[in-house]
Amino acid sequence: MKIVIIDYGAGNIQSIKFAIQRLGFEAVLSNNGEEIKSADKVIFPGVGEAGSAMRMLKSTGLDSLIPELKQPVLGICLGMQLMCNHSEEGDTQGLGIFDAEVKRFDSKVKVPQIGWNQITNLETHLFDKVEDGEYVYLVHSYYVPECEDEIARTEYGVNYSTALHRNNFYGVQFHPEKSSKTGEQILKNFLKLDLRS
Amino acid sequence: MLTKRIIPCLDIKNGRTVKGVNFVDLRDAGDPVELAAAYAEEGADELVFLDISATEEKRKTLAKLVLDVAEQLNIPFTVGGGISSVEDVDILLKNGADKVSINSSAVKRPDLINKLSEKFGSQCVVVAIDAKNIDGKWKVHLVGGKVPTDLDLFEWAKEVEQRGAGEILFTSMDHDGTKNGFANEALARLSDELNIPIIASGGAGNIQHFQDTFQKGKADAALAASVFHFKEIEIWELKRKLRSAGIPMRI
Repeated sequence: MKIVIIDYGAGNIQSIKFAIQRLGFEAVLSNNGEEIKSADKVIFPGVGEAGSAMRMLKSTGLDSLIPELKQPVLGICLGMQLMCNHSEEGDTQGLGIFDAEVKRFDSKVKVPQIGWNQITNLETHLFDKVEDGEYVYLVHSYYVPECEDEIARTEYGVNYSTALHRNNFYGVQFHPEKSSKTGEQILKNFLKLDLRS
Repeated sequence: MLTKRIIPCLDIKNGRTVKGVNFVDLRDAGDPVELAAAYAEEGADELVFLDISATEEKRKTLAKLVLDVAEQLNIPFTVGGGISSVEDVDILLKNGADKVSINSSAVKRPDLINKLSEKFGSQCVVVAIDAKNIDGKWKVHLVGGKVPTDLDLFEWAKEVEQRGAGEILFTSMDHDGTKNGFANEALARLSDELNIPIIASGGAGNIQHFQDTFQKGKADAALAASVFHFKEIEIWELKRKLRSAGIPMRI
């Protein structure tokens, strides 16, 4: 199986590569269109600021390539947020894969949210063998309000969509690569996804 | 619900953990990677590696250590100790650290906090503050608490937040090493006045101390070293007891 992690200069991707390695697979880091298109599974990471991440995607043409991908794609953290229509962070236009707007947490809660929180209302095979209410590791200041594409929910001041799904695209706000055994199961599920199922 | 975090801290010198550790089943108690994995298995929510080595080779050794830890560890970790530039941070994050902690260098060059949060995001910038209560005023200290400054803890903490820090790791020099509990009054004030997570450090001696720092000190996370290293407190037991006391814990 060919796994490509999109490397566009945003954030810590080494950890994702290592997490996949611990599951017994190898992942390639790449920003090459042909290489990404030929993968069986694509991971779209991201840490940092939405506006500058989007500029990096545009400068390499990845902004038009990613929405066209046909294989399972998993956006992680900022990766997932960039797959939405728009983000309040830097008033950034997203890739428009998920029909959602990204908003900043209200200051009645501490921002960023840092730590372990629960995922509930789990849907799709991405969460096979994961129990409702298990804990995942999150670090973020912006969130996706509850929406149509939601496949997992988390509460932090508000209920929000902590995982999204549409067609072959999946997104998770949390860091599966840092979420202990629960995260490993979710990554394993993603690598097992078959679009026919 | 977002849980409170339990964070063991490992002191690193020349790529090895120092302070005696007596984890059973470890082949080599000085190996940070093995120790980190054992803590993760025990239920630690996060780890902090504090590099206390002063050699010229320090940077390279630390970068290699971070890479080795990231390869094995499936929970987040922070690296601190002598980090003083954007370049230092860049290599540590690239090698797989989730956050970096800066202390003296932030006081000497506050602008570093802005630079780091702009380049890497607030979420990976932890500012560590060591302070001592002198005649009723909390004064920030440098170099592991040895050098006093005129900075007031609460004013400095606010400035640090405004400059883009994602978290504050507050160590009370008056409590550190005493095993008499955390500085809960100061912690609660920090938590009330700031809107970023506060990590309590210094003073952990028993399970009640952790309960107090979460309930009275309003801390978001609690860090400790020796009580975990010497197995005076088992992380699983600690987390179970805290949870039954009504504190949200990942178990």
